[in-house]
Amino acid sequence: MITRESFVDEIVALIGESEVSLPEDVVRALDAAFERESDPIAISQIGAILENIEIAGDKRIPLCQDTGILIFDVLVGTGARIDFDIRDAIFDAVVAATNTVPLRPNVVHPLTRKNTGNNTGKGLPDIVFNLVRGSSLEVSVYPKGAGSENMSRLAMLKPGESDEIERFVLETVIGAGGMPCPPIIVGVGIGGSADLAARLAKRAALRPLGAMNDFEQGLCDAVNMLGIGAMGLGGDTTALGVHMEMAHSHTASLPVAVNIQCWASRRAHKKFS
Amino acid sequence: MEHRLTTPLDRDKVLRLSAGDVVYLSGRIFTARDEAHRRMLAVLSRGERLPFDLSGGVVYHCGPLLRDNDTGWTVISAGPTTSERMAGMTPELLERTDLSGIIGKGGMRGLVDLFRSKGCVYLAYPGGCAALAAGRISRVVGVHWLDLGMAEAVWEFEVDRFGPLIVGIDSQGEDLYERVLERSKRRYSPPR
Repeated sequence: MITRESFVDEIVALIGESEVSLPEDVVRALDAAFERESDPIAISQIGAILENIEIAGDKRIPLCQDTGILIFDVLVGTGARIDFDIRDAIFDAVVAATNTVPLRPNVVHPLTRKNTGNNTGKGLPDIVFNLVRGSSLEVSVYPKGAGSENMSRLAMLKPGESDEIERFVLETVIGAGGMPCPPIIVGVGIGGSADLAARLAKRAALRPLGAMNDFEQGLCDAVNMLGIGAMGLGGDTTALGVHMEMAHSHTASLPVAVNIQCWASRRAHKKFS
Repeated sequence: MEHRLTTPLDRDKVLRLSAGDVVYLSGRIFTARDEAHRRMLAVLSRGERLPFDLSGGVVYHCGPLLRDNDTGWTVISAGPTTSERMAGMTPELLERTDLSGIIGKGGMRGLVDLFRSKGCVYLAYPGGCAALAAGRISRVVGVHWLDLGMAEAVWEFEVDRFGPLIVGIDSQGEDLYERVLERSKRRYSPPR
């Protein structure tokens, strides 16, 4: 059985890992984008990104100064025996990681803008618990920066307007331009309700890069046709991928949400047995 | 075309920069984002002087991550933040100071005429490349308004060949972001 103390230590290490290195699928996609690129300015931008990834990994320092707000997915096996408050332990880990990694203190009161100084506050870090079969405990952490998150949009389309989804996604990407640090990953949440669509979009944006279905590939090609390019300075790759997640919805609604992830798609995962 | 520039920026050299050129910058730069802009404008509108000199200077839209050691501050990670958030406050800042350059990411919409009339240049640093940027910051000269928090304070950095910076908005009336955006809008034909 895992102790609270070792759990906190492991989560601090996990946060550190997520901040200093990128998952292999993301690095591969950036390498491929660099090889493919024909625009000289975009080559310089993606080249700088790849150099940055190398420096951060070698020196074990955060890739981006925006170390984000921290999102945790926690899978708890119904047979897992845990004798401490996981939420509380994750809070302690975030406070510790703020000093050790270090993380930039990003969490403020939404109105007074007073910084809590330790990356925790009411509702943050954002921790989602899911019950699963088995007896293991799994934690994923996703640091999410504000540059890309600020480009999120929600549309409550009319039920018959599924043809409008592509327009909404493309107009969101055009409106975002260079602001979310392209090459981006576009997350599209379709269906559910306003809040569920937003959750699905976020989940889609954070999903590992890999094979896309026809709908996603079509949207991805359409996004890359725009030529916004790395950092909005023009180029062949605007999106490394477009991911879609769907839920059924009320017969009278068609919610569509878009969440954008910057090129620094940071994530780390740990399974405790 | 590639340029090596040193602060304070020479006005003639700034005027010769064209959108799309590459710049490596050495000298002093001042970080400023949302809160620092608000305070700079508040101080200047009262007719008071800023505690730092922006004449011919360069503002960097950046909220850095630093560590406070026994020997002073060390920059850990210091990439650019989204410049658009400062776009509304930039006209007044350019009116009230002799700022010559702004470094950021993503561009600032609708300011190309202002940059031309003020002889100011917008330089894009690759977003998210904060470890790379930190390596080109040779010294933390000082910090102002630390009460605003680490990210929002004004940090004075000495930089050495800071770049690659891309001229995003030049002082000849060209805005590279606008050019790219216009092209995307032409390429995108919405379903009817």
